[in-house]
Amino acid sequence: MKELVVISGKGGTGKTSLMGAFASLAENKILCDADVDAADLHLIMNPDVRKRYDFQSGNTAVIDQGRCTECGVCIDLCRWKAIGDDFKIKSIECEGCGVCVYFCPERAIDFPENTCGEWYISDTRFGPMVHARLGIAEENSGKLVTLVRQEARKLGEEKNLKLILSDGPPGVGCPVIASIGGASAVLIVTEPTVSGKHDMQRVAQLAAHFKVPAMICVNKFDLNLELTQNIENFARENELSCLGRIPFDPIFTWAMVQGQTVFEYNTGSKAGQAIKQIWHILADKMKL
Amino acid sequence: MIISIASGKGGTGKTTVATNLALSLGSAVQLLDCDVEEPNAHLFIHPNFDQTETVTAPVPEVDMNKCSLCGKCGDICQFKAIVVVGETVLPFEELCHSCGGCMAVCPEKAITEKGRELGVIQKGHCNGIEFIHGKLRVGEAMSPPLIKKVLSYTDPAKLTIVDAPPGTSCPVIESMKPADFVLLVTEPTPFGLYDLKLAVGAVKILNIPCGLVINRSDLGDAKVIEYANQEDLPILMEIPFDRRIAEAYSRGDMIVEVMPEWKERFLALYEKIISHVNDYI
Repeated sequence: MKELVVISGKGGTGKTSLMGAFASLAENKILCDADVDAADLHLIMNPDVRKRYDFQSGNTAVIDQGRCTECGVCIDLCRWKAIGDDFKIKSIECEGCGVCVYFCPERAIDFPENTCGEWYISDTRFGPMVHARLGIAEENSGKLVTLVRQEARKLGEEKNLKLILSDGPPGVGCPVIASIGGASAVLIVTEPTVSGKHDMQRVAQLAAHFKVPAMICVNKFDLNLELTQNIENFARENELSCLGRIPFDPIFTWAMVQGQTVFEYNTGSKAGQAIKQIWHILADKMKL
Repeated sequence: MIISIASGKGGTGKTTVATNLALSLGSAVQLLDCDVEEPNAHLFIHPNFDQTETVTAPVPEVDMNKCSLCGKCGDICQFKAIVVVGETVLPFEELCHSCGGCMAVCPEKAITEKGRELGVIQKGHCNGIEFIHGKLRVGEAMSPPLIKKVLSYTDPAKLTIVDAPPGTSCPVIESMKPADFVLLVTEPTPFGLYDLKLAVGAVKILNIPCGLVINRSDLGDAKVIEYANQEDLPILMEIPFDRRIAEAYSRGDMIVEVMPEWKERFLALYEKIISHVNDYI
């Protein structure tokens, strides 16, 4: 089974809208929302949740005031300044390293496991989908990304599907690294803006670092033709396949407002035609 | 005073608002770009960088001449970043959270710390604005320590504008924590609204006053405004979609330079923020 991960570096270039469009073009696939921090794919897919699981990861220290003798060993050892003068732990500062728990002479510090979010197996009108919701202000997003990708692969294999379509997170840090490792290919959706180009270059470098083949497409290409050309030149020089250009089209927003893919919203839009072409080239390159 | 500019969803216009606000206010302003994974503000502000500093995180180094292979370091480590394998100890630097637990627990004092490079911080100036950003090394996962380092340069004598990363997890929390006010930039779409609700949730956990800027305010629906009214979130500015703004942004031009009438609007935005902060106190 193959896996395509859609990433971008910069946020808001159109990853999720494009994923939605691909979902209606691809066959025998499972959908995976690997952007667990600000997951949006479900807003187009309207998933029917079949199974719901807690995501537990990491621990947070809690001082039992009854047993604490206020000796201060924990305060001296904590590198996160998470323990106040009142010997209460500020859970938002706690890294979950457990050093205070280990060294407390009174064994007065508990260390319960965190429930950081939930993940789901769902049905959608485009097939099965695995997705998640990381709790607000929680850590371990990379681990949850790894988990949803593993579960999507497991379910896809059970159902004998041939492709995982994964919607990736923005950036180049922990969740993105977790979303691309071991993927068959990544598609970088960029836009012809100075920031779009800058961020695309960094995420392309990341894909190269982890030896994942990368392709690019330029969304809203007609906002700046010169920069579009410039991005495509960079791609060619760096052995990134250029799959095509998508014009700026408010249809993306209108379709999103209706909870639809661009094809469901309008069968004949120019942006839709461009996406179809991109999909055919991509399917050909990935031998889908 | 510190104003953090955040959004939940990416690409809503955080950097546009942060840079134009900073430039409108001029001197005695610091702009800290804390989106260390994908820092962009410098592409619009064009600072002359005159200082670069490498930021490292402490990771363990084991002196095998002293090590007795007792395995206590591996037991205390919550992140599986150090293990005893056969006759040696293997630290996995990229998993290490720099808690110092292994060093503190080692009975032989065989563990010391060395620095592992996370990225760089660059400092510069432009038009009286002091500019600082962090740039995470590509391939590096751990951004919060680099964000903390950028924020450590906050100058209390100045107005500090923080450009935060997208999302609602640890890097965003880190960038909002010290703020006196969080300005949430959103767009009136289902994605914008859903991610805005998450961002508002994060701001509430931190108990910081906040307000909204609605970008491309005429492209979408009315649900963000309905939500803002319900939750009593002040809408401090609306920026309608304008192809001239989109094209200027694409080139790296500032709205307030291409369309000078916007300077007044950004100054008015600042006045509104100040009055909300004062009301809150």
